[in-house]
Amino acid sequence: MKELEIILDKNGLIVAFLFVGILTWATDVFSKKALNGRIPGSALAIGLALVLGYLGGVFAEGEQGLADLSYFKGLSILGGSMFRDFAIVATATGASFLLIRKSGMLGLVSLVLGIGLFFGFGVALGWMMGYRDAISLCTIGAGACTYIVGPVTGGAIGASSEVIALSIGTGVVKTIAVTILTPVLAKWIGLNSPGAAMAYGGIMGTSSGVAAGLAATDPTLVPYGAVTATFYTGLGCLICPSLFYLILSTLLG
Amino acid sequence: MIKGLALLAACFLLGMWCGALLGTWLGIDANVGGVGFAMAFLLLSKEYVTSKGWWNGEVAFGLDFWNKLYIPIVIAMAASLNVKSAVSAGLLALLAGTLPVLLAFGVVKILLKQVNPEK
Repeated sequence: MKELEIILDKNGLIVAFLFVGILTWATDVFSKKALNGRIPGSALAIGLALVLGYLGGVFAEGEQGLADLSYFKGLSILGGSMFRDFAIVATATGASFLLIRKSGMLGLVSLVLGIGLFFGFGVALGWMMGYRDAISLCTIGAGACTYIVGPVTGGAIGASSEVIALSIGTGVVKTIAVTILTPVLAKWIGLNSPGAAMAYGGIMGTSSGVAAGLAATDPTLVPYGAVTATFYTGLGCLICPSLFYLILSTLLG
Repeated sequence: MIKGLALLAACFLLGMWCGALLGTWLGIDANVGGVGFAMAFLLLSKEYVTSKGWWNGEVAFGLDFWNKLYIPIVIAMAASLNVKSAVSAGLLALLAGTLPVLLAFGVVKILLKQVNPEK
């Protein structure tokens, strides 16, 4: 047994392949047999992975979900930003450049609309919860955009570490909410064409949430959502600590 | 196979570099649209390679493998998210993380109706 433990410990990434493979197989069977395919297997697998990530966090008390358990540490490599971005780029082979160009304007409008919407709503909720200073409100609003925009903004304008931690928490909740709600609401909002996916990616913005949500809805739409979502975090990091902070501090005197 | 993979890697690195340069140029510590640039490079180079007649099943396989690995990667990502801290981050984080998302779905619906009124 000791030998096996060493092997598992040394080959984390390979263990992650096995783990994800078994999970995918099990959820596919469950989706077909028990649910008649009403919920896609990949959506079940992503949901179950989130639950396991929660349990991992409870048992290991770390910050990387299930990957904090030493046998599953390869999950943070396989699911890390390098492989994620690399695979998202690879999905572009199935995309059409013409379709992306045709919906470029819609993508741009949705980006600006999305950042304004999430920032404004985040600030309003922060205000209702008793925050009154422009720095904290701006950081909370930025955290409602993504969990990267929050700390980048907070760091730039000098927010306290509790507020920055709160903004990261808000961004992670958003990612999970987008992941779970996208396959549920896709039909209702009319998410069924490349142009629609681009508008959706621009408004939601969280690359991980958009990527996971579209993967569970319709994998052929992933590149179109990703192509706008990839600009969201950068644009958010640009305008939250500058333009939005100036507006807030002027409004609050 | 490795040719396709190398093409993907070249586009990826070039795109990330563009994103980092754009971020530095704008004066922010973030990659602005790196993935988007990389996707544009990949689409353009695919057209070029196809027009030269160098595109074949072997090259496509290197790209297709990563394309298909995408969902497993997302599953691994979901399992390594900090779900516990998100759940225990407090009421404000829960509200500010979910309520705007619900509203945003409504906005997407309205926006798409505006663009495609015939549907």
